[in-house]
Amino acid sequence: MISDAIEDEEKWLAEGIAGIQHNAFYMHRALDSNNLREALKYSAQLLSELRTSRLSPHKYYDLYMRAFDELRRLEMFFKDEDKHGCSVVDLYELVQHAGNILPRLYLLCTVGSVYIKSKEAPAKDVLKDLVEMCRGVQHPLRGLFLRSYLAQVSRDKLPDIGSEYEGDGDTVNDAVEFVLQNFAEMNKLWVRMQHQGPIMVKDKLEKERNELRDLVGKNLHVLSQIEGVDLEMYKDTVLPRVLEQVVNCKDELAQYYLMDCIIQVFPDEYHLQTLEILLGACPQLQPTVDVKTVLSQLMERLSNYAASSPEVLPEFLHVEAFTKLSSAIGKVIAAQVDMPIVGAITLYVSLLTFTLRVHPDRLDYVDQVLGACVKKLSGKAKLEDSKATKQVVALLSAPLEKYSDIVTALTLSNYPRVMDHLDNGTNKIMAMVIIQSIMKNNTRVSTAEKVEVLFELIKGLIKDLDGTPMHELDEEDFKEEQNSVARLIHMLYNDDPEEMLKIICTVRKHIMTGGSTRLPFTVPPLVFSALQLVRRLQGQDGDVAGEEDPATPKKIFQLLNQTIESLSSVPSPELALRLYLQCAEAANDCDVEPVAYEFFTQAFVLYEEEVADSKAQVTAIHLIIGTLQKMNVFGVENRDTLTHKATGYSAKLLKKPDQCRAVYACSHLFWVDDQDGIKDGERVLLCLKRSLRIANAAQQMANVTRGSSGPVTLFVEILNKYLYFFEKGNPQVTSAAIQGLVELIRTEMQNDTRTTDPASDAFFASTLRYIEFQKQKGGAMGEKYDPIK
Amino acid sequence: NYIIGAFKPACNISITFSDGKTRKQVPLKKENGKTVMVPLFQSQENIAGKISVEPVQGKKVEHNGIKIELLGQIEMYFDRGNFYDFTSLVRELDVPGEIYERKTYPFEFSTVEMPYETYNGVNVRLRYVLKVRNYTPPPSINTSIKMEVGIEDCLHIEFEYNKSKYHLKDVIIGKIYFLLVRIKIKNMDLEIRRRESTGSGANTHVETETLAKFELMDGAPVRGESIPIRLFLSPYELTPTHRNINNKFSVKYYLNLVLVDEEDRRYFKQQEVTIYRLADTS
Repeated sequence: MISDAIEDEEKWLAEGIAGIQHNAFYMHRALDSNNLREALKYSAQLLSELRTSRLSPHKYYDLYMRAFDELRRLEMFFKDEDKHGCSVVDLYELVQHAGNILPRLYLLCTVGSVYIKSKEAPAKDVLKDLVEMCRGVQHPLRGLFLRSYLAQVSRDKLPDIGSEYEGDGDTVNDAVEFVLQNFAEMNKLWVRMQHQGPIMVKDKLEKERNELRDLVGKNLHVLSQIEGVDLEMYKDTVLPRVLEQVVNCKDELAQYYLMDCIIQVFPDEYHLQTLEILLGACPQLQPTVDVKTVLSQLMERLSNYAASSPEVLPEFLHVEAFTKLSSAIGKVIAAQVDMPIVGAITLYVSLLTFTLRVHPDRLDYVDQVLGACVKKLSGKAKLEDSKATKQVVALLSAPLEKYSDIVTALTLSNYPRVMDHLDNGTNKIMAMVIIQSIMKNNTRVSTAEKVEVLFELIKGLIKDLDGTPMHELDEEDFKEEQNSVARLIHMLYNDDPEEMLKIICTVRKHIMTGGSTRLPFTVPPLVFSALQLVRRLQGQDGDVAGEEDPATPKKIFQLLNQTIESLSSVPSPELALRLYLQCAEAANDCDVEPVAYEFFTQAFVLYEEEVADSKAQVTAIHLIIGTLQKMNVFGVENRDTLTHKATGYSAKLLKKPDQCRAVYACSHLFWVDDQDGIKDGERVLLCLKRSLRIANAAQQMANVTRGSSGPVTLFVEILNKYLYFFEKGNPQVTSAAIQGLVELIRTEMQNDTRTTDPASDAFFASTLRYIEFQKQKGGAMGEKYDPIK
Repeated sequence: NYIIGAFKPACNISITFSDGKTRKQVPLKKENGKTVMVPLFQSQENIAGKISVEPVQGKKVEHNGIKIELLGQIEMYFDRGNFYDFTSLVRELDVPGEIYERKTYPFEFSTVEMPYETYNGVNVRLRYVLKVRNYTPPPSINTSIKMEVGIEDCLHIEFEYNKSKYHLKDVIIGKIYFLLVRIKIKNMDLEIRRRESTGSGANTHVETETLAKFELMDGAPVRGESIPIRLFLSPYELTPTHRNINNKFSVKYYLNLVLVDEEDRRYFKQQEVTIYRLADTS
């Protein structure tokens, strides 16, 4: 059926074209022989092809263009009075003798164009006559094309200011009047098109109508091109008249298109000065019209205009552009009851974008927009509509992008209120956007107050909101979110320690509500941030004279202690242990022995009570040893207690090799290679010997259990420790002892049952090479090494 | 130049009008369809000229006197050959005798009353043996025609023609205003119809012709639309209106406004207009 219809249409078009070509042939012949009568006859016949009702707009256009070309030739002929010998006035009458209206009016317009050119009559009179006579064609499609032809031929002949057709008096008015009238009639025809034909093909009709819209819009374009249309005329005549048409036609398609057209074709400064009129029309449009896009376009244009040159900005203030736009949007939303929430929010986004671009200094405007949005959202449940949510995110992101400084957004009282309307997921996304914005711009949030607001904004990330079952969260996402929060904590900074402490307290307050899943992510950065403050205070010792100054390291350490303690609820002993050690180190640097001791105690307690996994124990003990080695704040007694504990735990590790390694690591606890460092050679040797014993035991165990001795790696490692202390000048470590150890390893290596391990062999070989190298280097060290073979 | 059958073929007769060179000539369609140019007179004019009679070479013409007649005739086609003379003027030019050579006689009918115009109709012809055209001064009263017509709840229009009397080269200006449109109109035409009635009483014969069919509107208007009318009369072969010429015939003109709907139903309203002849200004 449909393909038949298309086929038929093709056929009709082909017939029409053939008709035009046929008559055009005879018309050309008449033109060539200067036969006016024949020319008129055939041109009228040619134009009769345009009387068809069977073509779609698209096909009709094709036909029209062919006729149009022929009319150009005819017009050339008409211009040349010598050829046809008929004055243009007579010609103007003559063509009106045609019996059929459509050919008659096409010919009339053609002669009319020549008539104006001849200047034998004022352009305005001819134009007025033409535009009136065209009323005879009431068929929408044919009328539209006829009037479009009229617009086309008259375009360069309007009695505009400075035009050669400008007559006496106020003829711009006539030009405008003419175009406005043609526009009004075309719009009526266009709107009427939808009522033609059966309802079934309504969609098709709408589509076809849409194809014709530019014919109507062209008139507005012509109006915008008329020189004489100054602001005053635009304001008093053009805009009100055009809007009258737009509003009264009550047609969705036309209203949307024409509003858009007005916004696009007329200059920005006109829009600015006539905002009230233009905006006044918006609430009067049909409820189905996409006003938000129209208004967005307008605001987009205006903000571009504002951006184009700073001189125009005062004008924006003068006409109170923001207030007008804002109230217009309010009215539109109020008028269009059925407008989905997403539409309203989109409008606010546009307004906000406009405000940010035009009045970046007016935070109150921004807040006002957000406030209006809150008002619109209030009383409704959280947003379900994903599009609306997206728009809210856009709304909230805009200020962040503009100010590249979250601090600005933090002063907007309505900002968090808008966020409250987001569903939890989106709230998190928004929170992420905020954090990313801070990161990207490297913004420092520098007061506790702002931190408070900020954490209020991102609370979606900080704690569980009602009704978000944890298992729904993707683990990766969760990690990323929490890592972001962790990064954020580092962006909170103030040079003033007191304020910084306040910030830390605020952050702490918030992250403590985060629950066991979040704490492992959020506590470490807080701890480090606090430690940073501690070190700052320690650096400016002299300044911290004021006794009542609350920002003392002591106080911070207390805070830290409590903070880390909270990890026990997770539980995350290894992490807590690390943090305790960090704190201990900081306390060491601040020279507060009791605090450092306390931290170590906590670390050991954790080790004893919580760290059960043998591997974790190994790691932990090495960390403890490493940290303890660096401590210089402890008095002998405390230090002894702690080192004793450390060595004790080392020897109690589960696996022999682990024991061995931990024990030889403990040797460093007794030999700190500093000026004032402890240098207890005897105990170093004790450790080394003990580790050697353990290595031996390990080797024997291997022999018993596997029937082959293990690799010599442990021995080589111990040898290296010997060499270290030997070089550092530990008197207890003698070349003889080293010699003995080397021999021991060699013997072990010759053991038949031994499993060979190329790595440890190579390790041993390179250690021997080192010894050799030191010997050959000579000097004091060389001599020292000399006895070793 | 147009005297029929008054003389014998034994000689050539020709007439020249004294102002023949300057007198206006107009085309006249003869019965055989050919058009000839004839001089044009109007009522109260002097018709003067010369008539020359020339016998065929070497022959003499005997005659019972030479006279010239001016006839005003009405001929009904259904009663062909029967002329009704409403005017008959005779001038005696010569007493009976013989003519041997070319002889010229002057003649004159002064201020001849020729009340009717020459008219060629479908069923009737009014002719002078001379062609006569009478000019009328513009009518002193010429009101516009304005009328509201319609079909209840279906179509209401108001139309206006700027005059009720038009001269032959006039332009009908007017407009149609649509007050109510509930039918789907396809187009609207303005027709000029001529009603020629001949005979009288029971023998009256009426013939109506459509001389012009002029499309005023294409497509369906909506309420409130007003459509302009501008119809030039000059291209059409109109004559003045004749009212009861010697009780023999009448010619009347009507403007017929026709609306055609999509089912090709016709709605029309006919209005008489008077056509008159206005003196050429040239």
